[in-house]
Amino acid sequence: MSLVKAIQTRDASALPGRRDEAWRYSDLKGVLRAIPDASPAAAAPASAPPLAEVVADNEIVVVNGRSTVMRFVASAGAPRTLRLRVVASAEHTAHSGLLALELPDGSDLTLIETYEGSGSGYVSDFGLAISMGEGARLERIVLLDEPADAVSVSQAEVELSATSAFRQTVIASGARLQRHETHVRHPGGGAEARLDGLYILEAKRHTDLTTVLTHAAPDGTTTQLTKGLVKDQARGVFQGKIVVEEGADRTDARMGHHALLLNDGAEVDAKPELEIYADDVSCAHGNTVGSIDEDALFYIRSRGIPEAEARALLMEAFVGEVVDRIEHEPARDAVRAWVADRLRGLS
Amino acid sequence: MLSINNLHVSIGEKEIIKGLSLDIPAGEVHAIMGPNGAGKSTLSYTLSGRSGYDVTEGSATLNGEDLLGLDPSERAAKGVFLSFQYPLEIPGVPTLTFIRAALNAQRKARGEAESTAPQFLKLAREAAAKLKIDFEMLKRPLNVGFSGGEKKRMEILQMAILEPKLLILDETDSGLDIDALRIVSEGVNAMRAPDRAMLVITHYQRLLDYIKPDRVHVLAGGRIVASGGPELALELEANGYDQYAQAAA
Repeated sequence: MSLVKAIQTRDASALPGRRDEAWRYSDLKGVLRAIPDASPAAAAPASAPPLAEVVADNEIVVVNGRSTVMRFVASAGAPRTLRLRVVASAEHTAHSGLLALELPDGSDLTLIETYEGSGSGYVSDFGLAISMGEGARLERIVLLDEPADAVSVSQAEVELSATSAFRQTVIASGARLQRHETHVRHPGGGAEARLDGLYILEAKRHTDLTTVLTHAAPDGTTTQLTKGLVKDQARGVFQGKIVVEEGADRTDARMGHHALLLNDGAEVDAKPELEIYADDVSCAHGNTVGSIDEDALFYIRSRGIPEAEARALLMEAFVGEVVDRIEHEPARDAVRAWVADRLRGLS
Repeated sequence: MLSINNLHVSIGEKEIIKGLSLDIPAGEVHAIMGPNGAGKSTLSYTLSGRSGYDVTEGSATLNGEDLLGLDPSERAAKGVFLSFQYPLEIPGVPTLTFIRAALNAQRKARGEAESTAPQFLKLAREAAAKLKIDFEMLKRPLNVGFSGGEKKRMEILQMAILEPKLLILDETDSGLDIDALRIVSEGVNAMRAPDRAMLVITHYQRLLDYIKPDRVHVLAGGRIVASGGPELALELEANGYDQYAQAAA
């Protein structure tokens, strides 16, 4: 059951839907009654990519699932930045794409991965397989900046090695149905993972940030912080699952998900799950869904700041915590600017 | 300067302020004292425009201009400043950023030039030094993790920078030890000016040892039931509010 299989076989019955536990809140089957025709090949866009301010050493452009590169091996040594630009240039057609990313031992890569689309009503699936060598370090910044009528699913399979560090921040603005999955196999041994997320949704946009992280051996660390702002009739979904397998002792895992609903009618579905089969672990999760603090809002307004600006200030502060955790400075600045721009549209 | 006439305020169905009239001329400090539940906080929130406080009758004007039809930020731009009993924590917003945003929003609303970053920093440094506030503290998010005394000092700092026309101090002494009370009071006293009015709302006479009022009013049952000079506060301290609670009933 997957979108990629349904696209490849043009068989809508292969689509997952709300009867599948993992897709309960993102009913792909309900949204897509039939699989559209295959997207044609298209040229790379002439426009600048999202987060264009970040200078990259290498660039891979995937258009309608097609790319000249199927496998990228990061070079060892000095830190490098790779831009992966996933583009849909399609009108009511469907496509899927794949990329393998390998980080040799000791390599250090920042991945700027952006999803964008021109045209309308397209269906896109993209898969990324990441394998990390010992001591490798990857900071992955994913921006899902897609049209409101797109259906877009992306998933990454991440294999960590001992002493490697995987840090991820996914920023999503939703689509008709947008889902981003991250599956991480965590080998412990001092390896660390950070899985952060941020969604800012309006109108009828839908996003689903799903993560499944499995601690397979002792001494692993995971931190996770996802925040969301949801307006109008938009819907945010957070599914975070951390599994600590038997014997994965001294695992330290923390998960937080916090969302603000900006009006009645906005919706957030959160499913934090901790499955622990080891004895000596430190795991915690916190999950809150609320609204803007009216007392704080009045306080700010009473100082002379008009209501719309006061709301924007509180929203920016709320999501700022996630942005601040991005380590790559140019990427952090670019994300902050993108978020500020998005919030201006929201308030 | 501030003129309140026959003010009636309800929260939901319940009338809290029941025909309150009060004039504070420019340059004067007036204290409102009263027992718990008399409507002291309701008065300060009503004057600053908090939603949920419905004015059913009466008026409040500042220098002849109606206040009650304005939203909170417009009132601030006209010169109203409420010092909160419990100042809010604003996570993620550095104190300096916040105060500058407030100052420039007010200036913009009044059609004045905005304060540039160097101008603002100079202003903030001077104001912080007077209040014995470590400037480094102003880089931290506003009030987050600050002690009660520090939060009140931040209120006074904002006042000093925003230079309001009408100061409303709502139970400013609550949660302060003697040293903090003295520093905060000195800050308030430094704000006294011929073109500025102050309304000091307090339950206890103690604050008025530090901030000397020109007039003292007793608020009970939603009305002002007695007015007098500073000696009235001392009398309240000696005899309590009982006689006024009966008068209001």
